Amino acid sequence: MKPAYDLGIVGGGVHGATVALFCARAGLKTVLFERGSLCREASGVNAGTLTMQMTRVALIPYALQAHAMWASAREWLGHDVGVVVCDGLSLAFTEREAELLTFRAGKRREAGAPISIISPSEAMAVEPGLSEKVLCAGHCKVDGYANAYLTGLAFRRALLEAGVDLREQTPVSGISREEQGFGVATAQETVPVKRLVLAGGVWLEDMMAWFGLHLPIKVLINQLAVTERIRPVMRTVVGIASGLLSLKQYPHGTVVIGGGWQGVGDRKRGGVELLPENLVGNMRLACHAIPALKEARLARAWAGLEAETRDALPAAGPIPGIPDAYICGSVHSGYTSGPYIAKLLADRILEREPIDPLFPIDRLLAPQDAAQATRPLSTHPELAGADETPHSL
Amino acid sequence: MALPLVLPFDLVVIGAGPAGGAAALAASEAGLRVVLIDESAAPGGQVYRAMPAGLSHSDGALGPDERAGQALREAIAASSVTWKGGARVWSISGRYRIDTASTAGCESFEAPRLVAATGAHERIVPFPGWTLPGVIGLAGATILMKSQGMVPGRRTLVAGCGPLLAAVAAKIIAGGGEVAAIVDLSSRADWLKALPGLASRPALLKQGINWFLAIGMARVPVLFRHTIVRAEGENAVASVTASPVDGNGRLSGGPERTFEVDSLAVGHGLVPGAEIPRLLRSKLAFSAASGGWIPVRDTFGRCSVEGLYAAGDGAEIAGALPAAITGRLAGLAAARDSGALDSARFEILSEVTLAAFRKTLAFSGAARDLMRPRPAMIEDIAPDTVVCRCEDIRRSEIEAAIAAGASEVNQLKHFSRCGMGPCQGRMCGDTVAGLVALHAGSREAAGYWTGRPPLRPVPLSMLLGEFDYSDIPVPEPAPL
Ligand SMILES: Cc1cc2nc3c(=O)[nH]c(=O)nc-3n(C[C@H](O)[C@H](O)[C@H](O)COP(=O)(O)OP(=O)(O)OC[C@H]3O[C@@H](n4cnc5c(N)ncnc54)[C@H](O)[C@@H]3O)c2cc1C
Repeated sequence: MKPAYDLGIVGGGVHGATVALFCARAGLKTVLFERGSLCREASGVNAGTLTMQMTRVALIPYALQAHAMWASAREWLGHDVGVVVCDGLSLAFTEREAELLTFRAGKRREAGAPISIISPSEAMAVEPGLSEKVLCAGHCKVDGYANAYLTGLAFRRALLEAGVDLREQTPVSGISREEQGFGVATAQETVPVKRLVLAGGVWLEDMMAWFGLHLPIKVLINQLAVTERIRPVMRTVVGIASGLLSLKQYPHGTVVIGGGWQGVGDRKRGGVELLPENLVGNMRLACHAIPALKEARLARAWAGLEAETRDALPAAGPIPGIPDAYICGSVHSGYTSGPYIAKLLADRILEREPIDPLFPIDRLLAPQDAAQATRPLSTHPELAGADETPHSL
Repeated sequence: MALPLVLPFDLVVIGAGPAGGAAALAASEAGLRVVLIDESAAPGGQVYRAMPAGLSHSDGALGPDERAGQALREAIAASSVTWKGGARVWSISGRYRIDTASTAGCESFEAPRLVAATGAHERIVPFPGWTLPGVIGLAGATILMKSQGMVPGRRTLVAGCGPLLAAVAAKIIAGGGEVAAIVDLSSRADWLKALPGLASRPALLKQGINWFLAIGMARVPVLFRHTIVRAEGENAVASVTASPVDGNGRLSGGPERTFEVDSLAVGHGLVPGAEIPRLLRSKLAFSAASGGWIPVRDTFGRCSVEGLYAAGDGAEIAGALPAAITGRLAGLAAARDSGALDSARFEILSEVTLAAFRKTLAFSGAARDLMRPRPAMIEDIAPDTVVCRCEDIRRSEIEAAIAAGASEVNQLKHFSRCGMGPCQGRMCGDTVAGLVALHAGSREAAGYWTGRPPLRPVPLSMLLGEFDYSDIPVPEPAPL
């Protein structure tokens, strides 16, 4: 059977949708399968922060490119996702945080992010809403945010315009290997495709199992909160040294409070429950940074699922041993960097030499250590000068 | 300031109307340690709402609702139920931890069982001008009059459907206000059809007849089978126009009538406030007759999620007496499931209660039929009429989002911001789902908004209290 499609993509988040868009525009006959609706998981419920100051050092060059893509989304995506480019501040309230901030900003600067450490009065000039308790701040002009819930609408329009066969509400239940490619199994039919991209976010682990491969993906349950509309109380993206705060006020007046505080859930049930202590902790941190936020009322809180590999670096490249199959996802701050990394993968599929290297997953598939995938949370190796990323590109 | 301690109980009851009150009393009589939480200062819910401190009824003005409310408040005060008034539940987690916020601070409660008895909210199918100042809900008007002794305006038009129409009109007259007209979706024949059901509870029927007598005495024009087509005014409602409709609520092209008024009380029935079952991912079913999406439950109110019970109008629109009965059943079931009641005792107690329940069915069926949603009203909402008033979203914008691919209500919310405002979708949810259903094929396909905390918007200042930076348990830094 001759494949009906040049390319099949499973998973319609920002990664899958971007690969689909660029490949379809380059002339590949493309079909995208999404279990639910486009960009309604991580890619639609995230905080939309487009920041360098929370991005992993190894991803800074990618995030810078991706930031430029988001800022010009109207040109390549063709539709608005409410991107606002503004200054970003990462705050330190204690000596320890100041040290951490200075160290991390230095590393990120080396990687290309234009971050400088500024004094409280300078920070106050950038962000008049700031708390007086700030000791110092990392300042970056390349920052901003998008309106994540508009991502699905924007990509949906773009994909349809690019001629992608968009199959929403179509879960894929398995993949078979055919003579000339793959069979993508859905409840209705098995769709033959020549090449395949798995872009299933936290469900990548399940998808890789279709090939008998074990790729451990840790599931982070990130809590987010949004206030009612209030008067303008801030004009920058605000975070803290440790990275566990992300805060900005949208043009319509609501303030989104996030930073990766954890809730309850798993990849079977989704983000089912929010932990009140963690919501309160997150909101206290926010009000500590921007005191006027206390005037606001909490309108809604939710949790979304973020994928993380063992070394917290992306899974983006060919699937070892399976020609014409690719994986794309598990990108830290993946909303920011997703479009660029997905575009690199599209280049690869289109047999153009990607400008920046991909993140092949061979490193993650070793069976023994794959079993105990954990992330070092209790120590700060970077302060001790240790390199916690065993991976080299 | 450290986070509050979690206080242990056998049962948490949320909502202190007739359902929650009865559930708490039944469970505590059976020996459970019960905490009863409500955002109002005193028990009573909407139907038996107490007047705020400092206000009281004049002598002899106590109607049956006021007397029932007083009895409920006295019973709760005399019981072992722990009463937490003025407390907003903002979070429910685990099985079950309930977090509340109030001006006095935050408190947390824990119990293996939870009764959700959070009542109903009002359905107002949008029409041009419905967001003008001076337009209030029919149920809202009763609360205004009950709790504040205040009529909605000098000259009010009362519109919509169901027994509340007569109740509100009669109360306005008794309160010294003028009723410009009653605009009723139902026909005289609808009322006649409802009569035998309504007559099954003679006291209520008598009350209803008294209302109609008062309305008749005041020579209030009653426009049967009519609906409001627009409310107009510069800064507030100044006139309201009504037009005849058919049984589905579709305009039949008859002559319009305009009334000069300074207030409009309008309501098109009630929607179960099933936020807690929704939040806890309990199974729901759509039932137009019951008011909308309702929790799936057994005879005793047990939901699909272990330890959760739903009662009263929050589980299914039925009215005050059935609410008290389903509340009692849920309280008994919680006591039975905790082992506080043995099966024999449970059988006896619940049998009597169930028998009482069956006697209420004819009345609530008749009332529900009068209040039933008229589908054509949603179909006929004009393109430029605001549907989501918090976010100012018009029908045309909703249709555009549907045309752009929004296939169910959560996706529609993403596409349009509809339902993202401070009312958390309570006001527009039913209408929006109705609009999506026109394309999706059914209300089931249109779905319902995923439940999210907080149950009600809460001020951050109230939630966070006074704190130092060192009180914030900032997690370890993310990897570099
Ligand atoms: C709450 C939260 C806040 C965040 N905040 C930020 C932020 O501020 N800035 C930032 O840069 N990043 C942020 N992130 C990270 C970012 O959202 C993610 O990295 C990114 O969206 C991941 O995109 P994805 O396409 O890989 O995954 P997803 O968006 O999850 O997409 C995967 C898709 O696969 C589909 N799928 C799964 N199984 C199947 C199947 N069997 N068949 C068909 N389809 C299937 C799913 O339905 C889903 O739509 C946040 C994440 C969360 C959860």
